[in-house]
Amino acid sequence: MAEASARGTGIIIKNLYKIFGKNPQAYIEAVRNGMSKTELNAEHGHVLGLKDINIDMPAGCIQVVMGLSGSGKSTLIRHINRLIDPTAGEVLVDDTDVVKMNENELRQFRRHKTAMVFQKFALLPHRTVLENAVYGLEIQGVPREKQLEAAGRWIARVGLEGFEDNYPNQLSGGMQQRVGLARALTNDAPILLMDEAFSALDPLIRMDMQSVLLDLQKEIKKTVVFITHDLDEALRLGDRIAILRDGEIVQQGTGQDIVLKPADDYISSFVKEVNRGRVIMVDTIMTSDMRNGGTGLPSVATGTILEHAARIMSEEHVSEIHVHDDKGKPIGHIDMQAVISAMVTPISHETRQEAAE
Amino acid sequence: MDWLYRFPHMDDSTLTALKKSIDGGFRAFTRAYGDAIESFFDPLQYFLIHSERFMTTTPWPIIIALIAAIAWFASRNWKIVASAIITLLLIGFFDMWNDTMKTVSMIFVCTVLSIAVGIPIGILMSRSDRLQSLINPVLDVMQTMPSFVYLIPVVMLLGIGRVPGLIAVVVYAIPPIIRLTNLGIRLVDKDVLEAADAFGSSNWQRLKNVQMPLALPTIMAGINQTIMMALAMVVIASMIGVQGLGQPVLKAIANQYFTLGMFNGLAIVGIAIIFDRTSQAYGKRLQKHLETVHG
Ligand SMILES: Nc1ncnc2c1ncn2[C@@H]1O[C@H](COP(=O)(O)OP(=O)(O)OP(=O)(O)O)[C@@H](O)[C@H]1O
Ligand SMILES: [Mg+2]
Repeated sequence: MAEASARGTGIIIKNLYKIFGKNPQAYIEAVRNGMSKTELNAEHGHVLGLKDINIDMPAGCIQVVMGLSGSGKSTLIRHINRLIDPTAGEVLVDDTDVVKMNENELRQFRRHKTAMVFQKFALLPHRTVLENAVYGLEIQGVPREKQLEAAGRWIARVGLEGFEDNYPNQLSGGMQQRVGLARALTNDAPILLMDEAFSALDPLIRMDMQSVLLDLQKEIKKTVVFITHDLDEALRLGDRIAILRDGEIVQQGTGQDIVLKPADDYISSFVKEVNRGRVIMVDTIMTSDMRNGGTGLPSVATGTILEHAARIMSEEHVSEIHVHDDKGKPIGHIDMQAVISAMVTPISHETRQEAAE
Repeated sequence: MDWLYRFPHMDDSTLTALKKSIDGGFRAFTRAYGDAIESFFDPLQYFLIHSERFMTTTPWPIIIALIAAIAWFASRNWKIVASAIITLLLIGFFDMWNDTMKTVSMIFVCTVLSIAVGIPIGILMSRSDRLQSLINPVLDVMQTMPSFVYLIPVVMLLGIGRVPGLIAVVVYAIPPIIRLTNLGIRLVDKDVLEAADAFGSSNWQRLKNVQMPLALPTIMAGINQTIMMALAMVVIASMIGVQGLGQPVLKAIANQYFTLGMFNGLAIVGIAIIFDRTSQAYGKRLQKHLETVHG
C-alpha cells in the first residue's frame, strides 16, 4: 500500500451509470439508447442520476467537478468510495475496480485510501472537535498519541486551535465545515474527496483553505476530487475541470479550455461571470512577432496570467511585454491592447460560433 | 331467527375439548420441562435474592446516601436529589422501609434484565424490516394483553415465587425498551452514518460509535417507560408471591383497609416519581450535544 501511495493513486471512471428507483436494471438499456432524464422520470418513476460518465483523474491532480444544483455532483463523488453503488460501469483505483470489491476489501479501501469532506458536514454530534478529527485513525486502530498528534496539527492548520473540546453544536457552520476538513486531512489518505468542502466558509477563510489545499498538493501529491459551484474556485484549484448537467458530462478539460472554448451555452453562462484576467495565460494571446529580437522590454514567463502581465506593464510604464519560456528564451510578445480585449470580452458561445462561420 | 340473537358459536363440547387439550398439552409440557426451565432461571433467582438481601440488610442511611448519589450523578439537579431523600425518609417514617426496599430491588433486577434482553432485540429489529414486522405484533399483544393473564402460564411453569413474578413483570414491561431502541437507531441521522461508513467503520464500530450514542436519549426514554410499567406490574405480581409494597396493597383490598392501601400506594407513587425524574433528567443530559443549535 505504501508503494502505491508513493506513485500516487489515479482514478478512472468508465461508462458509469446510476439510476435511482425500484428497478434500475430494467431501464439501463433504454437509457443507454438515449432515453432522457425527464422521460425516465415522468413515464417510469425512476431518476437518472448519472449517465455514461467517463473521467480519467491522474494521480496527484486536483479534479474539479462543477454543475448546477441537482446535476449529480454528490452522486458522482459518492461512487468513488462506493457510498452509492452504480447501476453500471467501473471505478478503477490503482487498477482495482471499486465496484467489484467485497465488504472487507471496500472497508480497507475506505480506511486507507480515501478521506471525505461532506457537503452537510456530517460531524459526529456527540463527539468534540478533537474526537471528530481522530475518527478515521481511531477506527484504523492507530495508537492514540499518533491520532492526537495528527489531529492537533490539522485542527490548528484549519484555524480551530482552542476549540478542540467544543462540541459541533457550539460552532458556527463555517467552523463545522473546517472540522470536517480537519477530520479528512487527519486521515492522510491518498485520495481526498471534497463535496463542496468550502461552501460554508466566508471569502477570507475560503481563500485560506484553498491555499491550505494547494500547499498540501505541493508537499504530498494527493488525488483530490473537488466539487464546487464557484467557477473562480474551480479555476484556482482545478488541474482539470469536468462540468456536469443533468447527470451527464458536458465538457471536461483544463480551466483554459473551459473559459476560452465553452462547449455550449450552459457552460458559457458559467464562464460569463469569471474574472478572465486571472484565468487566461499570456501564452494564449501572445503573438510571435518580437521587437528587437526580444530585448529591451520587461518579460514574463509562459503560464503567467494576464492580470499579472498587466500589473508589470503598468508598474514599468510600458504598453508592451515579452514572453519567455522556462529557459528564459523569448518566444512571444503582447501589448496592452490585446490584454485588455482578452480580459473584458466575454465571448458568448453564439458569437464565437458566428465569428467562426 | 334465533341465530340473529344468539351468536352461532362453536358447539360447547368441541370448545371444552379444545380448551382441555390445549391445557393438557401445556400441562404435559410443564411436567416434562418445568424442572429444566426452572434450573435455567436459577441465576435469576440468585441475582434476585442477593439484590434483595443487599437492599434490606444494608443500614438505611447508607441506602439513602446511595440513592441520593445515583440521583445526583444522573440528574445533576439538587431539587431531584432533595425530593428523593425526603420521599425515602417519609416512607421509612411510616414504617414501609422494608417493603419498599424489596420493591426497589425487584424493579432494579427487572430493569437490568429488560435492558439486557430488550436492547439486543431492539438492535436486531432495527437492522431488518422483516424482523421488525414480525416482532411488532408480538409487542402489541404483550402490551394489550391484560396483565393478569401472564400470571397463569408463568405460575403453571414455575410455580409461585420471585422468579415467576420477575418473568411476568419483565414480559409486561419490556416492550417500550425494545420499541424505542429500534426507533432510536432507525432515526439516527443518515448523513452521520454515511460519514462513519466513508471512513471505513465496521458494523460493530458504527453501532458502538454512532448508532448507540445517538440513539441513547431515545433508549433512555424506553428505559424510563419500562421502569414505570414494572412498578405498575409489581403490585399485580404480588398475587403470585412477589414481596414488597404489593403485598400490603393486596391485603388492604381483601380486608378493606383503606389507609394501609393508601399509604403503600403512595409509597409506590413516591418511588415511581424518583425513578422517573432521575431517568428523565439523565436522558435530557444525554441529549445536550445532539440538538442542532445552528442551522
Ligand atoms: N437516493 C436518491 N433517490 C432518488 N433520487 C436521487 C437520490 N439521490 C439523488 N437523487 C437525484 O439525483 C440528482 C442529483 O443529485 P445530487 O445530490 O448528486 O446533486 P448535486 O449536484 O450534488 O446538487 P447540489 O449542488 O444541490 O448538492 C437529483 O436529481 C436528485 O433528485
Ligand atoms: Mg451535492
